[in-house]
Amino acid sequence: MTGGAWTLRVLFSHWTRHPMQLATLLIGLMSATALLSGVQAINTQARLSYDRAAASFGGGATAMLVPAHATTVPQSLFSDLRRAGWLVSPVVEGRVRIDGRQIRLIGIEPISLPRGAGPAPSIDQAALQKFLAAEGQTLIAPETAREIAGTEGARLETDAGEPLPPLHLASELSPNLLVMDIAWAQRALRMPDRISRFLLDSAAAGERTPLADVAGDSLDLVDAGAQTDLQRLTASFHLNLTAFGLLSFLVGLFLVHSAIGLAFEQRLPMLRTLRACGVSPRGLLAALVVELVLLALVAGLGGVVSGFFLASALLPDVAASLRGLYGASVSGELGLAPQWWLAGLGMSIAGALLAAAHALVKVFRLPLLASAQPFAWQDAQRRWLRWQAVLACAAFVVAAVCLTLGTSLVAAFAVLGGILLGAALLLPPLLNLLLRAGEGMSRRPVAMWAWADSRQQLSGLSLALMALLLALAVNVGVGTMVGSFERTFNRWLDGRLSSEIYLVAKDPAQAAAIEADLRSRPDVDAVLPSARAETKLSGEQVEVLGLADHATYREFWPLLEFSPDVWDRVRDGTAILISEQLARRLNLHIGDRLRIPSSGEWIATVGGIYADYGNPKGQIIVNVDQLLHRFDNAERTRFGVRIAPAKVAALMAELQARFALGGTSLADQATVKAESRRIFSRTFAITAALNAFTLAVAGTALFTSLLTLGQARLPQLAPLWAIGLTRRRIAGLELLKTMLLALLTALLALPLGIIVAWCLIEVVNVKAFGWRLPLTIFPAQLGQLLIVAMIAALFATLLPTIKLARIKPITLLKIFADER
Amino acid sequence: MNVRWFTEIISKAAIVALLAMQTTLSHAQGFAGLGEDVDGFAQVMPGKPLRFPADHGAHPDYRIEWWYFTANLKDAEGTSYGVQWTLFRQANKPNDNASGWASRQLWMGHAAVTSAATHHFAERFARGGVGQAGVEAAPFKAWIDNWQMRTLFADPSVFASLQVSASAKDFSYSLRLDGDRQLVLQGDAGYSKKSEQGHASYYYSQPYLRVTGSLVLDRKTIAVTGQGWIDREWSSQPLKADQTGWDWFSLHLASGDKLMLFRLRHADGKHFFAGNWISRDGRSEQLAPGAISMTPTATTRIADRDVPTGWRISIPSRGLEITTAPLNPRSWMDTRFKYWEGPVHVTGSHAGEGYLEMTGY
Amino acid sequence: MLTVSRLNKSYRIPSGALSVLRDVNLQVARGESLALTGESGSGKSTLLHLIAGLDDPDAGTILLDDAQISSLSENERARVRRDRLGLVFQQFNLIPSLKVADNLAFQARIADRFDAAWQRELADRLGLSDLLDRYPEQLSGGQQQRVAIGRALANRPQLVLADEPTGNLDEATADEVVQLMTDLVKASGCSLLMVTHSMRLASLLDRRTHLTGGRIA
Repeated sequence: MTGGAWTLRVLFSHWTRHPMQLATLLIGLMSATALLSGVQAINTQARLSYDRAAASFGGGATAMLVPAHATTVPQSLFSDLRRAGWLVSPVVEGRVRIDGRQIRLIGIEPISLPRGAGPAPSIDQAALQKFLAAEGQTLIAPETAREIAGTEGARLETDAGEPLPPLHLASELSPNLLVMDIAWAQRALRMPDRISRFLLDSAAAGERTPLADVAGDSLDLVDAGAQTDLQRLTASFHLNLTAFGLLSFLVGLFLVHSAIGLAFEQRLPMLRTLRACGVSPRGLLAALVVELVLLALVAGLGGVVSGFFLASALLPDVAASLRGLYGASVSGELGLAPQWWLAGLGMSIAGALLAAAHALVKVFRLPLLASAQPFAWQDAQRRWLRWQAVLACAAFVVAAVCLTLGTSLVAAFAVLGGILLGAALLLPPLLNLLLRAGEGMSRRPVAMWAWADSRQQLSGLSLALMALLLALAVNVGVGTMVGSFERTFNRWLDGRLSSEIYLVAKDPAQAAAIEADLRSRPDVDAVLPSARAETKLSGEQVEVLGLADHATYREFWPLLEFSPDVWDRVRDGTAILISEQLARRLNLHIGDRLRIPSSGEWIATVGGIYADYGNPKGQIIVNVDQLLHRFDNAERTRFGVRIAPAKVAALMAELQARFALGGTSLADQATVKAESRRIFSRTFAITAALNAFTLAVAGTALFTSLLTLGQARLPQLAPLWAIGLTRRRIAGLELLKTMLLALLTALLALPLGIIVAWCLIEVVNVKAFGWRLPLTIFPAQLGQLLIVAMIAALFATLLPTIKLARIKPITLLKIFADER
Repeated sequence: MNVRWFTEIISKAAIVALLAMQTTLSHAQGFAGLGEDVDGFAQVMPGKPLRFPADHGAHPDYRIEWWYFTANLKDAEGTSYGVQWTLFRQANKPNDNASGWASRQLWMGHAAVTSAATHHFAERFARGGVGQAGVEAAPFKAWIDNWQMRTLFADPSVFASLQVSASAKDFSYSLRLDGDRQLVLQGDAGYSKKSEQGHASYYYSQPYLRVTGSLVLDRKTIAVTGQGWIDREWSSQPLKADQTGWDWFSLHLASGDKLMLFRLRHADGKHFFAGNWISRDGRSEQLAPGAISMTPTATTRIADRDVPTGWRISIPSRGLEITTAPLNPRSWMDTRFKYWEGPVHVTGSHAGEGYLEMTGY
Repeated sequence: MLTVSRLNKSYRIPSGALSVLRDVNLQVARGESLALTGESGSGKSTLLHLIAGLDDPDAGTILLDDAQISSLSENERARVRRDRLGLVFQQFNLIPSLKVADNLAFQARIADRFDAAWQRELADRLGLSDLLDRYPEQLSGGQQQRVAIGRALANRPQLVLADEPTGNLDEATADEVVQLMTDLVKASGCSLLMVTHSMRLASLLDRRTHLTGGRIA
């Protein structure tokens, strides 16, 4: 062992004598790393799936030509483009329903497909031949095949009655996707001679005619690497996750910082001795950094492993909510690249170094001759509190600037971050003021001592308290947001789902039969046809929903703003309704005129804006007859049925029997509502889970801070014992003081939490999802959280206190001896 | 999922084999499909008169077909170049007239420019039925993507006054072909035998083409002139299962005579020879197999194969005793289906130039 | 070997500058042991710290053989301490988390000069052989100081600087410890500069010099 290694050994010997401190440090780093890397794993996995799904056959790596105004372009453009030197490959894309399940279907033309554009499945040669053969082939991921009970070679049919080529399982394919030759796909999707987009092989290009000369303005060139729809839609979801992951990381670092700070404080004499014995400042610093990095590596390894398990546990929920919210298929199995593990370790090391930066600078500047006694804590604390307050103000200013000037979601999170950070920094000065006030009011000596001592304790506990404040505030904030959301959503759902039964017919013929049957029944109050189509507004894919002109909608539809006679004008086709998020994104207002790309020319006015919570896509509502008239491939197959609630079951049974409707093609209101609620409750499931973890980490921080502080505080307590207070009494006082600090912190966390909720609802959600909710405060929920926080604090305080109550008198005596 | 798919899909198909067979495949299956049954495709029969302009167009009732143009060119300084433009058609189903994606026709285009030092080439693939590639008889037009060969005037009998162009990443060309001579029927009045067992194709040529135009190589435009040759051929089963490849010459002799000859190599070493001597006056006479002698004199190692790039050819009955040397011995078409194709220079009893194509190595 | 000339040092205090050392000259020859005595606050510890390179003088030079201590960088001074000096403090300054054996060997180890035989001899002569597996907190004050002396001598320094090494020990133990130290210093052929306020302990050394009001008397 060389000199350097020996220095390291000396440093490490501290941990073997203080295993609890080591545990605190490692747990802090581990949980910080675990939470952040867990979230990153989820995000990475999801993005990987998007890339595979959206970017297979174009997107990510391949440049594309996409329709500029409509959803498709005529197929003749394909040969026009090729003959003009544009090496494009056509793709037709859409969704089909198989056994009631929506599945994405892509038709490709493998002969012109640019190299690297596909998901590169290593399908054997025989299968490749079959793909192009007359019989064709439907490529499908094995898990999706299992879900729709399809086996190799099975010939499926869409619910609309179009046959598909035999299935071929391809494990490389993303889930919920069918891939087949374009000839088959156009048939299955009923899009003859239409192309959804062109993939562009820029690698082999020679001379080519300008795009406008070939295709006019009907196509837009999208460069390789451009964001896909799915990435854009889900960006906010992942940013959300990342933000909470970072928050947990931060809370974990608080823990690490306090552990490292304490360890350095305790090791100051040792460090001085090392220096006196001839270890150079540079050598000492290097040894400390190496020590830290080694610890961080160990903790980081534990962290990424836990992160992996955390992510595995959360992934199914995330995958479910991504599917429910965005229709994004995310594989439920984690496949992690080595970079992820390295990034986790890097995070741990960077976090440890960040948390230790202050201590390391202190060591580098360590004066060799220690003044024997720590200088007046009062003075130091005052300076520190002032500094914290200044930093807090700076954080608030950043938040205010982002709030007024920022437009992006990142800015919204910056507002949130600024408020949280500012509040955390402001906590110690605030507590100090409160304690000073308490001290001023008390008359009895022990009480005065207790108040004053709490103030002195503040510097040691402040980091743990700050972590507690953050965790609690975010919990309050998220809880309030979720509560507000649920309340609003339920009310909205009642307005939106007003028909008692919803059904989808196989085809227009069956639809006509069902409609005739329903209309002939005296017990049916109304049959409300609806239809769906897709179009594009300002380049954005938009759903078109066609509704019947009926009192059901006129009375209940959740309109946020509307012009007079809006429903009459919708019926006439001169007005449309648009969803809140679309209005926000395209900056549309009541009275604005819109050109709606459809089969013909259609210009209508915005007549109303309605809430469409949870829908990532923009949506417009038109009259159903207008829709069927103006969109060629729209079909009249969907109906809402109004009927007395008592007769719902009977009618459904009858419909099921007579028309063989089942699965998702027939549902009653309650089922649809329950399904919607289930999907939406998942929107915030991950946020809630991360919150719980964060609170747990904050509790651990408090616990370990107290435990380590207990030892350091004995000199302050020993005199009390000497002047005649029993150990029990001292312990009781300690417990009381800590609980007081925790209570004050928790009380301060409540208003902060409301501010966080406001920020989430008014700033983050609006930017992330495009809709705004009314903020509702739930006092019972707040009270509950307060109690949970106090119980957590009590548990965190109890063990150190019991230890104190049972401390041996000799230990206290020894303090006097050592103090001399 | 990329072009490799196509490769693998059609590697079983005739078109592949006709162009450039991978030896293993060829050995296993004859010409990788060309030796297969006719499967309901139209058969090539002797004595059937060719009709123009109809026969300039595609013959979907036959399995395979090509439009082949080569040219020996020189720039103002006398530097030599060779140009190739080829369009291949293959049907996976007889009498396929389906339009749209349901069409079972596959198209493949090859283009190349050869100089003494460089050999640029490119390939294109297309499905029939959607207009990406195709051939119209009158007015004549053959195309795949933005590569095309089309007539400038509507005189079907001449099959000249054509515009030929192709462009790829690293080269392009645009050439005008002029001529006033009649088409030349190869073999016996257009019936070209490929084996003693009756494998054959319909085959005619236009070897009297004056070529002017420009090449673009390395972003430099080069004005060129020279002479060109068009071959047209279609069949359903032109080759025998044990024929492994061929060596094919089309030569412009300084005397004004033209010479087409080929050797179909057999696995057992007994090769099948054929050729036509086209006199200055345009008379095309079939050469007897025994009258032709073709001997490799030099080989070039390319892509792990030994390719005979130098030849001695003798046709004693015509007083012909020549050797050929390639302009660029590395005129290797490293396309999906690999073969050698490039300009050659002729010396000996006759001077001249032309093109050599060798497959199956 | 050690030559201190015209050394001055003052500290800033609220009422102005407090002059601690004034034109101090001092010499210690090779193998010599010198006791530096003086009242509390006479500046004797400050002088020792300056010689050890733990603090900077205002003026004057400290020459340890050829090394001018006060003009060296922090890292160079650390190397001088590591390789050429042995320090013994009043508070022992042992490393609480290392066993006695490791505390003894520590400075020699970081100087890469560990000599097992010498280590054994030191432990033996300091009476620590049976205590090597203990932690400092399990030792008496005298034992702890003996460990500190051993640590200072383990790398065979040129000069041992001892700052009130017996300040925390009773008289009997103090005499024993100082006797041990001077014996060992003699045996290893190095010099010793010991700061003490006890004339009795000072008498155990080769030579004595007295510091009053920051000046050598």
